[in-house]
Amino acid sequence: MIAALKDRAALLRARIIETSHRTGTPHLASCLSCVDILTALYFEVLRLDPARPDLPGRDRFLLSKGHAAPALFQVLAMRGFYPESRLDTYGEDGGVFGEHPPAGGEVPGIEAATGSLGHGLPIGLGMALAARLAGRDNRVFVILGDGECNEGSVWEAAMMAAAQRMENLTIIVDYNKWQATGRSDEVLALAPLADKWRAFGWSAVEIDGHDMAAVVDALKRPPEAGRPTAIVAHTVKGRGVSFMEDDNNWHYRIPGKDEVLAARRELGVAP
Amino acid sequence: MRNVFAEEITRLGAIDQRLVLLSGDIGNRLFDRFKDGCPGRFLNCGIAEANMMGVAAGMALEGLRPVVYTIAPFTTTRCLEQIRVDACYNHAPVIIVGTGAGLSYAELGPTHHSCEDIAILRTLPGMTVFCPCDPVELRLGLKAALDHDGPVYIRLGKKGEPTLHARAPSLRLGEALTLRDGGEVCLIATGTLMAEVLRAADLLAEAGVKARVESFHTVKPLDEARLAEVFAGCQVVAAIEEHSRIGGLGGAIAEWLAARPAPPRARLLSCAVDDVFLHQVGSQDWARSLFGLTAETIAGKVRDALAAAR
Repeated sequence: MIAALKDRAALLRARIIETSHRTGTPHLASCLSCVDILTALYFEVLRLDPARPDLPGRDRFLLSKGHAAPALFQVLAMRGFYPESRLDTYGEDGGVFGEHPPAGGEVPGIEAATGSLGHGLPIGLGMALAARLAGRDNRVFVILGDGECNEGSVWEAAMMAAAQRMENLTIIVDYNKWQATGRSDEVLALAPLADKWRAFGWSAVEIDGHDMAAVVDALKRPPEAGRPTAIVAHTVKGRGVSFMEDDNNWHYRIPGKDEVLAARRELGVAP
Repeated sequence: MRNVFAEEITRLGAIDQRLVLLSGDIGNRLFDRFKDGCPGRFLNCGIAEANMMGVAAGMALEGLRPVVYTIAPFTTTRCLEQIRVDACYNHAPVIIVGTGAGLSYAELGPTHHSCEDIAILRTLPGMTVFCPCDPVELRLGLKAALDHDGPVYIRLGKKGEPTLHARAPSLRLGEALTLRDGGEVCLIATGTLMAEVLRAADLLAEAGVKARVESFHTVKPLDEARLAEVFAGCQVVAAIEEHSRIGGLGGAIAEWLAARPAPPRARLLSCAVDDVFLHQVGSQDWARSLFGLTAETIAGKVRDALAAAR
């Protein structure tokens, strides 16, 4: 199972890089750091039926770091929410696949528009509260960026989720150690991040966000009674391609044709 | 109005299981009956309005009807981006209630005034802006907001506002209500300043000017049909509001006029709050009077405008 997930993650990485090249879509490195988490969620953890994306009992997922939408669009297609051919329209004028997850049900599987940072966790908390009120047992998962944890609204939501004892809410911080213009531990005092979540009343674990078995294990672990769960996933920006890894220029840089080929070779994905 | 809101939300909450009330740590004891009648559906979200608005949007996307309640500046401009993105862009039907709007809290200073909220929220696509003039409009509007598929901002005064509608009218969001028929003058007002506006109409009547009075409880969408009617039939139309003269009811009407193919018969007169922070504190009536929002000043301005028009 883990090997199959790894293969999927490699294929997703290749597709994301190729799409970035073809359409000029940035935030490539931010996508690559959370691909393993997205793969584990969509292919092993989330309870969902791609044919029925509105099913009330489905698990909810929000990509609060909405600028990694190019990764989400690929994983949703691969999971069968829409035909992969639909992504041929990526980046076209008048299309729906751009740089952030859109609102309005334009893309099946997207629960809410995100992209303005600090919004996904409060929305997810609202969805988790709604599930509890309705007596549904579905869970809500939210991926946050580490830079995103600069936003005060993240910590407002953190306090409320703890006060409300939201066992059905899990966040994963894609802790890739970079934000747009600097090291995320230096721009604001982010560390110790897991301890921050614990201090806010959450059950927090730290994992290697590229160790697929560890990611699946952390996501599948039953929540601690009476506490929301924070998974601090240590990741590498640009993970999977040696010349992109931990190089923040790839926050905005678009790969050239040769770079796409080199990346594919490294990922072991045939052109 | 606060108490009427609490009463009505309790009544509606008992009927509509989708209704959830979110408070930004205000309304101590005000919602005790709601909490008893609707267990689990009252959430004190703390003094954290950005999160509260996002939570409300998440709930609304799940089919609930969250009603977010706190003091006007904190439920509007404090969390504007959450309103814009989480509620409006996501088309999440959140009901946003701002209590103590305008100069209701004149004694608390400008931190607690709210004279920009109509202007700002009105620019958001999909938003409805509803400013009831009395408890009757509030009760009817709250029900209409719950039935509306989209976010609605409800702008409240504080407490003790008089009932102005003798009979409960049929209220629809976006449809003005005529409080008095008249002739050459029309007073268009929104919100709780209406009591003063009716008194201005009385003063005008004493001076021989029969003024029509329209309650534009909904500033967005604007009742354009009613505007067309009064601007064609009157010589002076006064837009009266406890809000900045920038972008409120008067501004909305001016925008509508600017898009008309031909100039109207009537001239537009704006009675509103000046573009300043009020550095002194005092009662709401005192603050209103500073900006000419009294029956006497409104009537005087209208008579001057009418004289000039003739």
